[in-house]
Amino acid sequence: MPTATYAGTEVPLGEDGFFTDPAQWREEMASEIARAEGIEELTEQHWQVIKHMRHEFAAKGTGPTVRALGKTSGVTIKDLYRLFPKGPAKTAAKIAGIPKPRGCV
Amino acid sequence: MTDQITKVSVIISKGSLEGIYPGLIMANGARAEGIEANVFFTFFGMDAIRRNRQRNIKLAAVGNPGLRLPTWVGGIPGVATLLTTYLNRKMAKLDIPSIPEFVDLISDTGAGIYACQASADLFGLGKEDFVDRVDGIITVGEFYDLAAGGEIVFT
Repeated sequence: MPTATYAGTEVPLGEDGFFTDPAQWREEMASEIARAEGIEELTEQHWQVIKHMRHEFAAKGTGPTVRALGKTSGVTIKDLYRLFPKGPAKTAAKIAGIPKPRGCV
Repeated sequence: MTDQITKVSVIISKGSLEGIYPGLIMANGARAEGIEANVFFTFFGMDAIRRNRQRNIKLAAVGNPGLRLPTWVGGIPGVATLLTTYLNRKMAKLDIPSIPEFVDLISDTGAGIYACQASADLFGLGKEDFVDRVDGIITVGEFYDLAAGGEIVFT
């Protein structure tokens, strides 16, 4: 199983690079994962989305899709794509240390 | 994964509910994966982006083998509306947006929305007949320029 070291801790990752155990995620790891995804600096708005991702995962056992994020995170779809150009739901889930969200819409 | 798709252009050519949704879902899904996307509406597919038509898209009740209905049943007045209402309700339950909302959503994701010049000429339509989200009425040649370097999906 592939692993990565974030903030000095080695964590196992799934084939697609997402956390397999969200409990191992810590806030200090986020900026390192973000940089690997091409996001140089996490702004307050990025954090709003990341925390929302964690919250939704804890409540529902799965991360929201982009459409759901646009409705519930307090960040518009346009802004979500500005913040996470390579796909907001997927990238934010990766940075938030939760499995890849699945959903067609 | 080496052969990742980085760009798609989706062509929507049919004006029925089941003709329009797949293309919208493919385009929105592409953007969700970080794939660059454009949607090109041609022929009756343009109904999805026409101001006075996009709110009233119906399922094709006649000549639709997928429905497993005798053709004459599909032709009874009201059947198409009934089936459309049923399907729309089911989709709303799954939180799939209506067509006007979906077009707005796809536009918000940064995808391009285009109408076909030849079809617009054929039906006598101008920019004012389309919703504001339409980025332009373009020729087939311009479409291929836009699609260059990516995949083309015809739905």
